[in-house]
Amino acid sequence: MSAVGEAAKTLQVDIWRGGADGKFQSFTVPHETSQTVLDVVTYVQRRLDPTLSYRFSCRVGMCGTCAMTVNGRPRWTCRTHVDRVAEDGRIEIAPLRNFPAIKDLVVDMAAFFDKWRDAGARFQPRDGAAPSFANVDPRSPARRAASAAIECIGCGICHAACDVVAWNPDYLGPAALNRAWTLVNDERDADPAAHLAPVAGDAGCHACHSQQGCAAHCPNSLSPTASIAGLKRRTLAALFKGQL
Amino acid sequence: MSGRGEVWLFAAQRLSAMILAPLVLLHLATMIYAVQDGLSAAEILARTRGSVFWGGLYALFIAAASVHGAIGLRAILRELTPLRGAGASLVAMLFCVAVLALGWRAVAAII
Repeated sequence: MSAVGEAAKTLQVDIWRGGADGKFQSFTVPHETSQTVLDVVTYVQRRLDPTLSYRFSCRVGMCGTCAMTVNGRPRWTCRTHVDRVAEDGRIEIAPLRNFPAIKDLVVDMAAFFDKWRDAGARFQPRDGAAPSFANVDPRSPARRAASAAIECIGCGICHAACDVVAWNPDYLGPAALNRAWTLVNDERDADPAAHLAPVAGDAGCHACHSQQGCAAHCPNSLSPTASIAGLKRRTLAALFKGQL
Repeated sequence: MSGRGEVWLFAAQRLSAMILAPLVLLHLATMIYAVQDGLSAAEILARTRGSVFWGGLYALFIAAASVHGAIGLRAILRELTPLRGAGASLVAMLFCVAVLALGWRAVAAII
C-alpha cells in the first residue's frame, strides 16, 4: 500500500454498480486533503452520477451505516482517509461481503439483524419496569466482560470480515454472538443463562474457528472472537450443570 | 444437531486435543529415538510385544485421533461441501470408525 503523493490531483475510483451480478464502473475524482472514502462516494453521486446508491448518516463514525468494502477490506468509509488506503491513486469500493447486494453500495441488512433475533440477543428485563436504575458493580467480572463487548453499533463490518459466515450462511455471525455474550453477563437480564441455548446450536458459537477476522477489522476495536470464546466456555459449563 | 449435541462435540474436541498434545510429542520423540538409534523392526517389536504401556498408549492415541479428526472433518464438510447437517455427521462418524478400526488393528499387530 502506498499513500497518494502530493502531486496526485485525481483519484481513479472503481465503484460497484448494480446488484449481485453487477460490475465495477470507473470514475475520476479530485483528490483533496483529508478526504475520506465517503467524501469520494458522495462526490461521485453529487457531481458525476446521481443514480449511485449508498448509505450514510452521521459521517463521524457513530452510526455505522456507511460500511463498505474498500480495496478488499470492510471499513467505515467515513473514518477511512483516502491517503491511507489508495494504492497508486486507485481505490476500489464495493458493497459489504456476506450481505445480499441490493444496488450499488447498498446491501440488505435484514438477514443480519434476523440473526441477532435468532441468537436470542434481546434484553429481557428481570424486574419489568424497574423503579430505579440497577446498581451494577463496575468491577464485577460479569460487568467487565459485558463492558468489553458492549460498544458494538451493529455496522456489520465483522460479519463481512468473517470467513465462517461466507462458508456457512446459517452461522449466526460475530455481531449477534457478541451481543448475546453481553446479555449472558447482564445481571439485569431476567435469565442470562437462557441466552446460551440459542447460541449453542450447529450455527452458533461452536462454528467459530477463532480466526479473528472480526476482531482485526472491528472499527471499535472489539473482539467478538473473545466473546464467542466466552460463550463456548459458558455453554460447556451449562451442559455439565444440566442447564442447557 | 441440537445445542446439547454441539456442546458435547466441543467438549470431545477439546478433551481429545488435551490427550493428543502430549501423545504426539511422545510419539515424535519415540520415532526420532528409534530412527537415530537405528533400531530394526525386530528390535522395535521386541520392545512392544506384550507391553501394556505401549499398547495402551497407542490405543488411547488412536481413540483421541479418531474423535478429534472426525469432529474437524465434520466442520470442514459442512463449510466447504454441499454436505450439511446429518450427511456431514454421518460421513464424519464413518471416518471415526474407520480410523479407530484401522488404528487399533495396527496397534494389535505390534503388541
